[in-house]
Amino acid sequence: MIAPLQILLFLLLALAGPAVVLTRIPVPQSIAVSFYGLVLAMIFFLHQAPDVALSQIVVGAIALPLMILLAVAKVKSREAAGK
Amino acid sequence: MNLRLALFTAGALGLAAVMAAGMRRLEPIGSYHGAYGEVLNAVAVGERNSTDVVSAVNFDYRGLDTLGEEYILFTSVLAVAAILRKQKDEHDEAPDQFREVPASDAVRLLGVGLVPVTVVFGLYLISHGAVSPGGGFQGGVVLASVPLVVYLCAGAKTFLRIPPPALAKAGESSGAAGYVLVGCLGILAGKAFLENVLPLGRPGGAWSAGTILFLNLTVGVAVAAGFVELLSSFVEKALKR
Amino acid sequence: MTGHLPYALAAWLLLWGLYGVVTSKNLIHLVICLAILQSSTYVLLLAIGYKAGAVAPVYADMPPGTPAVDPVVQALMLTDIVVEATVVALLLALAVQAHERGGSLDPAELASLKG
Repeated sequence: MIAPLQILLFLLLALAGPAVVLTRIPVPQSIAVSFYGLVLAMIFFLHQAPDVALSQIVVGAIALPLMILLAVAKVKSREAAGK
Repeated sequence: MNLRLALFTAGALGLAAVMAAGMRRLEPIGSYHGAYGEVLNAVAVGERNSTDVVSAVNFDYRGLDTLGEEYILFTSVLAVAAILRKQKDEHDEAPDQFREVPASDAVRLLGVGLVPVTVVFGLYLISHGAVSPGGGFQGGVVLASVPLVVYLCAGAKTFLRIPPPALAKAGESSGAAGYVLVGCLGILAGKAFLENVLPLGRPGGAWSAGTILFLNLTVGVAVAAGFVELLSSFVEKALKR
Repeated sequence: MTGHLPYALAAWLLLWGLYGVVTSKNLIHLVICLAILQSSTYVLLLAIGYKAGAVAPVYADMPPGTPAVDPVVQALMLTDIVVEATVVALLLALAVQAHERGGSLDPAELASLKG
């Protein structure tokens, strides 16, 4: 009933989700969540939702990893200043 | 830790069983029976002259929800700025600790190429929200990534020449207030708040769909300024003169 | 069977996100697992609104009247994505501030609040 490409992307997302959770260190995790956001945007695009796909790319691949890296940088600079 | 994991496993199995029992009764994906979506698809282009039905739903049929969403963004930026403000016992870093311009010419050339294209693309997404997929929010975040590209590719000194943080604050509040003011145009015309009272143009052009264009512009300005403000709260001294 | 795959995927992502939140040792890792949790609802909403063989609800180059997927559910997803971005920003700010006050990013070590 649904195309094989959609099923393949669903399975890829099912693998990417645990991969993000099991990456415990924040900086590699930001790269993993960026990939997860990209797969999610592809799923939205294949399901005829271009507005939502644009929004997801913009948030999940630009804003979210950026905020994570900035938070990690701020924490590290405060640790370095405290020592 | 083991007790926590055991409790979680028990709870998760119960939750999974409940979700499986509920989802088994849902229809398989692809068979959609709702009436609201089909009615909207049939009448939106004719009533509002907007070819992008999702934007018409967001800014016209359910415009009040987008007002709430914009104020969620506004409140969150306010709260982040309040949480990360400089405390009494913090000291300023010396200004010569900024990272210098990267030595690689490839990165600087990439920045020079990316910045104008991204600005134009962001403005296109904002202003054509009623015509093609896009809208105020997507275009606003694309615009907010331009100072970031400048910072990454040209160093902190060039980044400091971009307009001061007062402009970001003014942009954000004027975007949030502008949405309400455009909504009040409906009240001034004698109809409901946020009703589409401006003349509708030709569907497919940029000046179609009445108030949707102006709502997109205010949301785009508010979101771009809000995200720049958010990023600058995290980056400590980068935006201060 | 494959018709119910998106619903199973939503439940799978929800449980993995919960597992990440429960067994996290780093506040920033916890916030990202919360984002995964929230994205399971996008998959569920998308699956509810999809109509097989339909096109996107953008009529710029199609005659109005061609069957399209549900636009209301997509508007809900747009609001959901914006709320996710703002919640993650706020929680990261709280995590940074908690690290400054408490000295570490580990939730177990931050458990005692000093008054």
